[in-house]
Amino acid sequence: MTAVIIVGAGPAGMAAALTLVEAGLRPIVVDEAQRAGGQIFRRPPPGFTRPPAALYGADAAAATRLHLAFDALGDRIDYRPQTLVWAVEPDAVHLQGPQGRVRLDRGPLLLATGATDRLLPVDGWTKPGVFSLGGSQVALKAQGVAIGRRVAFCGTGPLLYLVAYQYAKAGAEVAAVLDTSAFGDGIRALPLLAADPAKLARGIYYLGWLRAHGVPVHHGVRPLTVHGESVTGLTWRDAGRRLNETRCDALALGFGLRSETQLADLAGVPFRFDPIRRQYLPDIDQDGRAPAGAVYLAGDGAAVRGAAAAETAGRLAALALAADLGRPVDTAARDALRGRMARFERFARGLDAAFPFPVDLLDTATDDTLLCRCEAVTVGTMRHAVGELGAEDVNRAKAFVRPGMGRCQGRMCGLATSELHARLRGLPPDQAGRLRGQAPVKPVPLA
Amino acid sequence: MTPDIVIVGGGLVGCSAALHLARAGRRPLLLEVGRIGAAASGVNFGGVRVQGRALFELPLALRSRAIWDNLVDIVGTDCEYRRSGHLRLAKTPADLDAVAAYAEKVRPAGLDLEVIDGAEIRRRHPAFNATLAGATWSAGDGQANPRLAGPAFARAARAAGAEIRDNAKVVAIEPVAAGFAVATADGQRVTVPQVINSAGAWAPDLAASLGDAAPGRAIYPNMVVTEPLPPLISCSLGTYGNGVYLRQVERGNVVFGMGRGRLAAPDRAVPSAETSLAAMAEAAWLLPRLAHAHVIRTWTGIEGELADGQPVIGPSPRHQGLFHAFGLSGHGFQLAPAIGAVLAELATAGSSPTPLDGFSITRFTAG
Repeated sequence: MTAVIIVGAGPAGMAAALTLVEAGLRPIVVDEAQRAGGQIFRRPPPGFTRPPAALYGADAAAATRLHLAFDALGDRIDYRPQTLVWAVEPDAVHLQGPQGRVRLDRGPLLLATGATDRLLPVDGWTKPGVFSLGGSQVALKAQGVAIGRRVAFCGTGPLLYLVAYQYAKAGAEVAAVLDTSAFGDGIRALPLLAADPAKLARGIYYLGWLRAHGVPVHHGVRPLTVHGESVTGLTWRDAGRRLNETRCDALALGFGLRSETQLADLAGVPFRFDPIRRQYLPDIDQDGRAPAGAVYLAGDGAAVRGAAAAETAGRLAALALAADLGRPVDTAARDALRGRMARFERFARGLDAAFPFPVDLLDTATDDTLLCRCEAVTVGTMRHAVGELGAEDVNRAKAFVRPGMGRCQGRMCGLATSELHARLRGLPPDQAGRLRGQAPVKPVPLA
Repeated sequence: MTPDIVIVGGGLVGCSAALHLARAGRRPLLLEVGRIGAAASGVNFGGVRVQGRALFELPLALRSRAIWDNLVDIVGTDCEYRRSGHLRLAKTPADLDAVAAYAEKVRPAGLDLEVIDGAEIRRRHPAFNATLAGATWSAGDGQANPRLAGPAFARAARAAGAEIRDNAKVVAIEPVAAGFAVATADGQRVTVPQVINSAGAWAPDLAASLGDAAPGRAIYPNMVVTEPLPPLISCSLGTYGNGVYLRQVERGNVVFGMGRGRLAAPDRAVPSAETSLAAMAEAAWLLPRLAHAHVIRTWTGIEGELADGQPVIGPSPRHQGLFHAFGLSGHGFQLAPAIGAVLAELATAGSSPTPLDGFSITRFTAG
């Protein structure tokens, strides 16, 4: 039998590997990072000494448990760190890593490719000193460095408060937390958020801690302009539409997360639009099984629900895969995992309600605001592509004026481009279509 | 407005035909199954190359070159066309003999090529592999952005009065007394005295449904593009035989092709990783400095190729008022602007000043 290939060694991939080994299989685990952990449970490079409690806070126990269990798998898995899966074909998976380029026969595929920050263009967002929210957390977690001395956090999503809290705890000055969601959004989301009382309590704790330590926290904010050659400040409007400026030497910007779905696309998985997450996502069943092709998805790469849900989904998808290979499966355990997933989904919907995507920022963006930084495509150019050139969907806009055609292949700018396209045409976001994935999913060396 | 001619297929050929017909006072209706200029016209290499073409193609190709050279006047935008020149590289002395012989053969037809030996290649292009035997240089050839060309011709055609419909699938063309009844998937039906079949890879089936057979197949040229790089090469180039073809766009990305992708589903082709890797190795051999670059994307599309590798352009031998233009893989992007002009002449005047001998579909049935 051709070996199972797990792509990604975050919570979902690690849990899937553990489950498959328990089922008597020896999966290949391919991961881009130097050490297993993914983003939320990212481990610093060898030799760094910040303890788990400092790195992962309330998640320290869960992170440590998974790290140790995965490390203990030893050669019961074929683990390939620092390796990129750059193409998936009907009969092959292509890797690029320390062994150079490797072609694997395509066995069952379990994709646990995670998520990246969801970005929206703000005037000046590409200046030195502006980081994505997730990126600013990675800097702290992996390297033990802050992105600046006096850091402002702007955008939306639970990460906003968590990272601001982590920065403050690590000794950075937090200039402000500028939340684009309204205070009332959080109140209205409470019934859904009650699906995970511990997490809800933690979020309220971060907010309270920041306020208690004198950090200005504002709701209903609209960021306008990042000032300086390198960042010196941010102008923003408050909920009462008054202009404010926050002085800072670094800015973390983020508007939630987006699933990394290119490999699922290359593997031939069908997609459907998720109106809550405002993204085309792989169309899979409740266990993570794609309709055909022996493809399984788990974790934030299938739909963003966070680390604990990713671990559960990794186990569930691995059980589905094992069952499809004819291995005996503990159905009671599977049903318990399904029940947990339903609660995670409810909580995730609560988060989406508490932190709505501030898509109206696109309506007020100036024409010369950069949309696609790889190809230097501005919001104004995109307006021209839709208005004068008649680009019917996001792929046509890409063909005409190049958003999403550069090094990132739309992984960073693609959703904002789709949202802008749809809004310019007065249509819901699914009507913009979705950028087609092509190999390589990330740049590969030519020789 | 009642159309007097239907064009099936909104690639660059169909859009150019619509433009020329509308400017000649005709009332063309163009029906495109997908998006305008998005199939082979939109995803090809972007070479605008006359050298290497068969002798009988040259009058048409040189006429098209004149259109490319005046694109801004004709469609209002340059589609990033640059008259950058084109090198046809010879790896071996035997290859150099072959390309030099071609240069001799085409000179009387008005195509001026310069034969350059290996030493001269090394002098002009020190970045190239030092073992090349030589090349022929075509100063009048160029390159353009294929994604822009079809839609630009379509906009100009619309402005001239053509009706252009995308997402309009033609399901049947039936010869009737008044010409042809054309039915689309949305249930509409229009009868016109004339039809142009410029349906790309799908055109042979349409021709066959009307009794005009031309043996062909679909192919999927595999394309690769790097991240933007400092200026490395200003001209477009190809390799004699089946080697790599390559150009660097003004933004700095190096685009190259070699070999084939594959069909993933009906009407959906995808690039092949193995093919891409082979093309990358060949590109690095040709331009060793590329070895340090990153590839950011690969792609392919569906192109039509006929059994003898040459296109069909001209009237149907069987039906008055039916014209074909297909089998254009490797030819179409450069030729399309002039093919549209020629089709407009055939449909309007009954003949074209451009000789079309050699393009006739009867070559597959005669004898």
